[in-house]
Amino acid sequence: MELLLVIIIGLLYAAGIYMMLRRSLVKLIIGLILLGNGANLLIFLLGKIVKGKPPIIGPNEKMLGEIYADPVPQALILTAIVISFGLQAFAIILIKRAYKVVKTDDLDEMYATDEDL
Amino acid sequence: MSNPYIVLPVIFQLFVAVTLMFSWTNKNLQKLISVVGSLIALLISILLLIKVNQEGIQTMQAGGWIAPFGITFVADTFSALLVLLTAISGLAVSVFSVGSIRNARVRFGYFPILHLLIMGLSGAFLTGDIFNLYVWFEIIIISSFVLITIGGEKAQLEGAIKYVAMNLLASVVFLTAIAILYGLTGSLNMADLSLQVAKVENRGLVNVTAILFLVGFGIKSAVFPLYFWLPASYHTPPPAISAIFGGLLTKVGVYAMLRVFTLIFVPDTFLTTVITVMAMLTIFSGGVGALMQNNIRKVFSYLIICHIGFMLAGLGIYSTLALAGAVFYLVHDIVVKTNLFMVSGLVFKIKGTYSMRLLGGFYKEQPLMSLLMAIPLFSLVGIPPLSGFWGKLLLIQGAMNSSNILLIGFILLGSFLTLFIIAKLWSEVFWKDPQVLPKKEHIKYFDELKPLKKRAMLASVVFLSILSLGIGFGAEWVMRIAMTVAGNLMDPSAYIQAVLGT
Amino acid sequence: MKTIIFKSASVYLLPLLLLFSVFILLRGHYLPGGGFVGGLMASIAFVIHSFANGVENTKNIVKFHPGFLMPVGLALALLAGSLPLFTGETFMTGLWMDQPVPVIGTVGTALFFDTGVYLVVIGVTLTIIFTISEGL
Repeated sequence: MELLLVIIIGLLYAAGIYMMLRRSLVKLIIGLILLGNGANLLIFLLGKIVKGKPPIIGPNEKMLGEIYADPVPQALILTAIVISFGLQAFAIILIKRAYKVVKTDDLDEMYATDEDL
Repeated sequence: MSNPYIVLPVIFQLFVAVTLMFSWTNKNLQKLISVVGSLIALLISILLLIKVNQEGIQTMQAGGWIAPFGITFVADTFSALLVLLTAISGLAVSVFSVGSIRNARVRFGYFPILHLLIMGLSGAFLTGDIFNLYVWFEIIIISSFVLITIGGEKAQLEGAIKYVAMNLLASVVFLTAIAILYGLTGSLNMADLSLQVAKVENRGLVNVTAILFLVGFGIKSAVFPLYFWLPASYHTPPPAISAIFGGLLTKVGVYAMLRVFTLIFVPDTFLTTVITVMAMLTIFSGGVGALMQNNIRKVFSYLIICHIGFMLAGLGIYSTLALAGAVFYLVHDIVVKTNLFMVSGLVFKIKGTYSMRLLGGFYKEQPLMSLLMAIPLFSLVGIPPLSGFWGKLLLIQGAMNSSNILLIGFILLGSFLTLFIIAKLWSEVFWKDPQVLPKKEHIKYFDELKPLKKRAMLASVVFLSILSLGIGFGAEWVMRIAMTVAGNLMDPSAYIQAVLGT
Repeated sequence: MKTIIFKSASVYLLPLLLLFSVFILLRGHYLPGGGFVGGLMASIAFVIHSFANGVENTKNIVKFHPGFLMPVGLALALLAGSLPLFTGETFMTGLWMDQPVPVIGTVGTALFFDTGVYLVVIGVTLTIIFTISEGL
C-alpha cells in the first residue's frame, strides 16, 4: 500500500510540475490541481497507514491501549481539500475572465503588465 | 498566561466583514462601518500589546483543547506588535479607500473582502499552530486574489494570473513541507515542534524540510530567485489595494520565516549561509530592478523586494542584534511602504499618470503636499534620524559583530541604490519642469473630488507620515521593543513554556 | 440535457436531496456527516436541477441571490463560535443544553456553527456555479 502511494504521489507531483511548465492557462490550473492532490496524498501517507481501531477512549480507560488510526491527517486533508476547492474555483473563473479580456490562452502573450506606461 | 480574549482582533474583523456584507447595497454605510470598525480594531490591538508587555506571553487554546492537541493562539510581543501594525495599516487603507475606491468596486464587495484580508493577517500573526498558519495564509491569498482582480481591467487580470499561479504553488510547497514535518514529528503545534524537531536524528531530512519551508515562504515574501510575480502584479490594482499588499502581504511571509526559522528549525551554518546569500542577491536584484523602471509603482514594487532582503539579512546573521534590526526594519517598512503606495495613488489622482518621464513640477504646483510626500520617501532612504536609518544601523552592527564584511557591503549597496532611486524619483517627479498632460476621460482627478474624499486621502497619508516620523524620533522606544522581540526569538523557551505549560 | 427521464426525475430529486442534506447535517454530530458535506449535497440538488432544466429555471427557484446565504451563515457561525467568550470560556468551546431535544438530539453551539457552515457552502457553491455558467 505504501509503495503504491509513493509511486502515485511521485507521478502526481511530476505530472503537476510538467503541466505547470506548459504555456497554456488551462494546463497551468490542471497542474496546480494535480500538485494539490499529490500533497494531500502525501499527508495521508506520512500520517502512517495502519489497520487500527478508531481513536476512541473507552469509558473505563484512561488512555488509548491498542494500535489506533491517527485522525489528524484526515482532518488536515479535509481542510486542504475544502481550501483548494475554493481556490481552484476562483482560479477557473479567473482564467475564463482573462481569456475573454485578453483573447488568448498563451501565457507568453500576456505582457500587458510589463508595458511601460 | 491563558487569556481567552487574544483572538478578539481576528473575531472582530470577521464581525466587521459580516456587518459589511449585510449592508451590501449601501455604499456610504459600508464606508462608515469600515472606518469605525478599523478604529475599534486599532484600539483592541493597542490594548493587546499593552497587556502582553505587562503580563508576558498570552495564550489561548481554541475550544479548550489543551496544547499540543488543539489549536493554540499565542500573543507574544512580536505577534502583538505585528497585529498592531496590521491594524494601523488597515485603518489607513480603509480611510484612503473612502476617498479613492470607485463605487463600482465597492459594489463588488471591496470593503468586506478588505476586512477579511486583515482578519487573515491578524490570524496568521497570532496562531501558534503550523497547519493553522497554512489556513490563515490561504484566507489571506484568497482575499487578495479577489482584491487584485476586482474591477477586471486587462492589466489587472494578467497580473492576477501570475500572482495567483505563484501563490498557489507556494501553498502547495508549504503544504508538502507540513506533511513531511508531521510525518517526522507527529505534531503541528509550533512550540511542541520546537522540542520534537530537535530530537529527530535524520538531520538531512530536517534540512530538506527547512528548505521546503524556505521556498514556500520565500515565494510569498518575494526573495531572490522567487520574486518575479511581485513586480508583474503589484502595480496593476488600484492604489489602496497595492498599499495594503505592499505594506503587509510580503511581510507576513517574512514573519513566518522569522518565526519558523527561530522556533522550529534552529539554523545551522548551512541554513544561515543559504539565507545570507539569498538576502544579498535579493537586495541587489531588487535595487537594480528599481533603477530600470519608469512607472513609480513599479519602482516601489522593486524596492519592496530590495528591502525584504534587509530583513532576511537579519535572519541570516542570526544574532540578537541583527534580529532586532530585522524587526525594527519590519516595523518601519510596513508603515512606510503602505504610505508610499498611497502617495503614488495621490500623485496619480492629481496628475493622471504613474510615468516618471511624464510627471514633473509637482513641487511648484503643490509645495505643501510635496513636503508631506517627502517624509515617507526620505524615511525609506533612511536619512538619520528618520525611521529607516535605525533598522539598518542595527543590522550593520550585527553583521559587524559576526564579521560578515560581504553582507555589510550589500546592505550599504542596497541603501545607496535606494538613495539614488529616491533622488532620481524626487528630481523627476517633483523638481523637473512640468509638462502639459492631456486630460484623460476615464480618470476622476483630485480637484473634481468631493472635499470629504480629498480629506480622507490626505488624512491617511498624514497619519502614516506622522507615525513614521514617530518611529524615527522615538527610535529608543521601538528599539527596546525590537530588542525584547529579538531576545524572545533567540531564546524561545519562554514561548514554549507559555504554550505547553511545563 | 434533453432526456425526459432525467428531467422528470430531477423534479422529485430536488426536494428529496435537500431533505437528505438536512439529515446529513444533523447526523454529523455523532456519525459521519456535517455542515460541509450537507451543504455540498444541497448544492448538488440544485446543480442536478440546473442540468435538467437550465440555469435560468434554477435561478427562478432559488428566488434570491445565493450570495446572500454567505453573510447569514458566517454570522451564525461567528455567533456560535464567540458565544463561549461571554461565559469566560475560550473561542469555539462547545456549550450544550442540559436536556436533549426530540429527533435532533442534544443541542449545542456546534449545531449552530455547522448550520452556518451549511449555509455558507450552499451560498458559495451556487454563486460559483451561476457565475461559471454565465455566458457559456
